[in-house]
Amino acid sequence: MRLQAVDLKLGYGDRVVVDGLDLGIEAGTVTAVIGPNGCGKSTLLRAMGRLLKPSGGEVLLDGKRIDRMPSREVARILGVLPQSPSAPEGLTVADLVSRGRHPHQTWYRQWSSDDESAVGAALAMTGLLDLGDRPLDELSGGQRQRAWISMALAQGTDLLLLDEPTTFLDLAHQIEVLELVRRLHGELGRTVVMVLHDLNLAARYADRLVAMRDGRVVAAGPPSEVLTEALLAEVFELDAKIIEDPVAGTPLVVPIATRSHAPR
Amino acid sequence: MTSTAPPYLARRRALRIGPASWLLRPRSLAAALVLLGTTVLLMALSMRLGDIPMSVSEVLRAITGDGPDHFVVMQLRLPRALTGAGVGAALALSGAIVQAIARNPLASPDILGVTTGASVTVVAVIVAAGNTWGGVSGVLAEAGVPAAALLGGLIGALTVYLLAWRKGMDGYRLVLVGIGVSAICTNLKFWLLTVGDVNDSSRAMVWISGSLNGRGWEHVIPVAIALAVLLPPALLGTASLGALRFGDDTVTGLGVRMHLTRGLMILAAVLLAATATASAGPIAFVALAAPQIALRLAGVAQPPLVVSALAGAVLTVGADLIARTAFSPVELPVGVVTGVVGAPYLIYLLIRVRRKART
Repeated sequence: MRLQAVDLKLGYGDRVVVDGLDLGIEAGTVTAVIGPNGCGKSTLLRAMGRLLKPSGGEVLLDGKRIDRMPSREVARILGVLPQSPSAPEGLTVADLVSRGRHPHQTWYRQWSSDDESAVGAALAMTGLLDLGDRPLDELSGGQRQRAWISMALAQGTDLLLLDEPTTFLDLAHQIEVLELVRRLHGELGRTVVMVLHDLNLAARYADRLVAMRDGRVVAAGPPSEVLTEALLAEVFELDAKIIEDPVAGTPLVVPIATRSHAPR
Repeated sequence: MTSTAPPYLARRRALRIGPASWLLRPRSLAAALVLLGTTVLLMALSMRLGDIPMSVSEVLRAITGDGPDHFVVMQLRLPRALTGAGVGAALALSGAIVQAIARNPLASPDILGVTTGASVTVVAVIVAAGNTWGGVSGVLAEAGVPAAALLGGLIGALTVYLLAWRKGMDGYRLVLVGIGVSAICTNLKFWLLTVGDVNDSSRAMVWISGSLNGRGWEHVIPVAIALAVLLPPALLGTASLGALRFGDDTVTGLGVRMHLTRGLMILAAVLLAATATASAGPIAFVALAAPQIALRLAGVAQPPLVVSALAGAVLTVGADLIARTAFSPVELPVGVVTGVVGAPYLIYLLIRVRRKART
């Protein structure tokens, strides 16, 4: 188990978002966390990436408590792409991606040949080699998102946590980002955990789905086991039909109606 | 990777010795050398100019000799120019740090409550030591001014910090609280000026404007010590300071201990600004403008610390030279000159930021 949440309790101030959650992420898997808005999926991801301090329970990275590990060491094992990240103005794509090398650098190790090849490889992997000297604010939404993923790649971590990497992207760009995630997993053997909104894309691109509601994990497992009509009713209050995706063979959700008006 | 690096990565050159590597920034280095040269030139010029103009050879003779010229150069002009250079460098360094932490090119140490806190205590000391309240003797007031400024600056910064702290430090809240505390201090200061004796108030006004008039070696040394102690750790933190300009989650994700780094950097900025203010009063605009000039000269995205410090030295020594000689025999406080030069620059920055916000 690479990353593990044990009896995790999370919240902001007095508001409890997640109470007593257990979850394990196995090495070499792509996991998608799904659930309705406000169910605590982003909060969970932030805690697993030690961006949020749990109010109870613990997060274990390779069996060690993540909050007791030196932050640089964590940053060399685990990379996080936050939801709608912000960068200083005027930054170029190459500047941004180079910043991903921060956990590997010190005042006497500012730009090693490792840094250079990692940044070059990260740009190549995301197809941004030709845009490296362009300012970040001049890119399209899809390109910008790829630049941020590229930064997380340059960090050179085995584990990647991506918080809604496809938000604000049109369908083609969403596919582009998710194809990239698949390649990270297939070619580089990276372990990826991502929060996704689109259930059909989650089913197609993830090995495992984690369905959440009200801060609890309702179901976890392969998409074909998790994505059922009963689960959609329970988690999303949605009446839907599940058919087989004619392209990928994964479950495909065809919505019928919400249940909010129907008696429960 | 066998493929050749793209040109923008190849441009990023490093000096590599074994496992160690240092980024080479030729343009930053050139900017630093030009600014250093300009500082030396301006200081040499201020040795020559004044009520008793001297040629270069006269200045050199004055340094080695022991006539009245020796006193003028070694006890009046040199310490004054050195104070100017040191104070300018310290203010600019402080400004560069604050702008990185506040993620705002319009931020300056003023928002940390240092300068306004110092102003209130100094005005209080001058007014209280004068005739108004029968107070202490004038000599004690003179000696007490730098001490009062240092103390007031630190108290001001502590007030801002405590009010802005809420389970961590947020750049925006820091700026807002800083503006609030500054406004209160400024009003207190004006109240003290109006109740004070006219002569005391006018003395206080000179200090509030920021002046290098009559600064001696006792003003050089504290600033030199502050720079010597605080510059090396600030330079070690340069990379983390750069990371702090990103969103909080990105900073933490990169393995930076955000609250610790931010706290230490703010402490360094406060100490630098407070020491500078104790020596020369709150000189306007240097901390704001110098880092922005430096980053444009060096062609980088983040105010570079050493180049900023040198830009601050050039600005302050240059402004003092103008203040001292332009309207001779009348001497202006240096802060008036930096203000006159700095105000249009601030307006320019505001317009630019607004334009950016609209597009």
